[in-house]
Amino acid sequence: MQPKQTWQEYLIPRLIKASGYSAILFVGLIFFFLLREGLPALAEVRLGDLFAVRWYPIEGHFGILPLITGSLIITVGAMLVAVPFGIVTAVFISEIAPRWAREVLKPLVELLGGLPSVVLGFLGILVLSPFLRVFLDLPTGLTALAGSLLLGGIAVPTVVSIAEDALDAVPMTYREGAWALGATRWQTIWRVTLPAARSGVLTALMLGIGRTIGETMTVMMVTGNAPVLAIALTSIFHPVRTMTATVAAEMGEVANGSVHYHVLFFIGLVLFLISLVVNVLASSVVFQSKKRAERVLS
Amino acid sequence: MTSRRMGLDRLLIQRLGFSLLTLVALLTVIPIVVVVIFILVRGAPAVSWEFLSGFPHDGMRAGGILPAIVGTFYLTLGTAIFSVPLGIAAAVYLSEYARENWLTRLIRIAIINLAGIPSVVYGLFGLGLFVIFLQFGTSILSASLTLSIMTLPVIISASEEALRAVPQAFRTVSISLGGTRWQTIRRIVLPQALPGILTGVILGLERAAGETAPILFTGAAFFLPRLPHSPLDATMALPYHLFVISTQVPEMPIQIQYGTALVRIAFVLVMNVIATVIRSRARARRQW
Repeated sequence: MQPKQTWQEYLIPRLIKASGYSAILFVGLIFFFLLREGLPALAEVRLGDLFAVRWYPIEGHFGILPLITGSLIITVGAMLVAVPFGIVTAVFISEIAPRWAREVLKPLVELLGGLPSVVLGFLGILVLSPFLRVFLDLPTGLTALAGSLLLGGIAVPTVVSIAEDALDAVPMTYREGAWALGATRWQTIWRVTLPAARSGVLTALMLGIGRTIGETMTVMMVTGNAPVLAIALTSIFHPVRTMTATVAAEMGEVANGSVHYHVLFFIGLVLFLISLVVNVLASSVVFQSKKRAERVLS
Repeated sequence: MTSRRMGLDRLLIQRLGFSLLTLVALLTVIPIVVVVIFILVRGAPAVSWEFLSGFPHDGMRAGGILPAIVGTFYLTLGTAIFSVPLGIAAAVYLSEYARENWLTRLIRIAIINLAGIPSVVYGLFGLGLFVIFLQFGTSILSASLTLSIMTLPVIISASEEALRAVPQAFRTVSISLGGTRWQTIRRIVLPQALPGILTGVILGLERAAGETAPILFTGAAFFLPRLPHSPLDATMALPYHLFVISTQVPEMPIQIQYGTALVRIAFVLVMNVIATVIRSRARARRQW
């Protein structure tokens, strides 16, 4: 007997299909609107002036290099925090911790992922930056260092969960083989399990970078927002300003359609393209276990 | 003799190594606990019924945070209205209908990219599309739509995972008993996957409620003396309010800042606990 075809059977699969395609539509729309509002910047500001070192929109200086270096230095700093801590925590949870510790640790790391960035920025202003100012004897604690430390914390949950998934995916037989050959658990971790999970760990790094470079509120609150070129090693102890913070801080005050407005959208376009590259790279590394990466990515 | 000593050394190294790893893991986790407890302790004195139910006054240096709480509630509700049906439907498509072809791969790449786009870029997009192009203005509607698109990948991924976890046999039996595909999905697959979907929805909405950058130029108001009346009004929101009072208002009483942070954190904690409870109860009840 044929199942009865109702209007539901006709309409709903089509709606579901349309919803499935919606993700493509939205990425396309985002790209389109960034292009539409951002590309005019290239006509209004000479390319040489756009990639110059002075960001001072009131006087018509739209050099975005200091913002790019600001984003880079904070991202590098944050990764120096997040990668060792994140990967070690993942190894601990996946390879060493007893079951009960695992049950406690995982939700705690997830909780860190759920803390709103504004709350972390708030603590950065009130607690971390005064501490850094006194401890390192700096004129101000609102520096790239404060931003790196907090963003490192923000990236940790991403790194932990993806690295842990990758370690989990290493077949138990690998470890058993190593043990049978007389390796200690410690040797097995470093010489067998981690190398076998290499691609997943790499993905964790990529997505951590993606998460960090796009962070907005925390960096805006704790990095001091000075648009100076950050290329020296000591820049980490000075205020910097990122691309994201610039857009967030200035978009509210510009006139629609002005040069400044178009340049801010252009910065958004740059950020969009960076995240596109990072995510495509990350997903091509880990295409086998993509579902988990997707879940954690958010 | 030597080999025995070597064995001892190796075990010693292992013990030292494990201690080090444990230490680093603790260093990662303890700050999280400290942060939460710190805010709870510092914020608790500020929280009272007046604080939760009153309007801010004296340039927000006194009074309560009701409009911010209500605003965040409206934004979360608005986000849920758009993103939950769309996200679950997309997940159903990916799990129940889609074949493995280039189009499906493209959808997955799009979802991964949506998840990775910086929140402030969503803000720009919302400004360009909803506020200016569609002329919704700086409003709850614009902000909710922006947040919805940002939340979509979380909901899709979590729901798809939950749907895929439902054993294939359930579907086979339903179809063999004469159920149509849609009946099978609605009566069998969706109910079984519901706890997983709910967990994903809660975590996704929680994240949306905590975001500030996407609503900065699409719907957030610095200060409103009244509650918003319609979806086309701008609104205050908790995270944005915390940002404002900790960076934009001089001589802000520190207690109100901590109180606001506490309300925000409490919200996160409650949502997390609910999600965890749903997940573990479903796991305990599951028969497959």
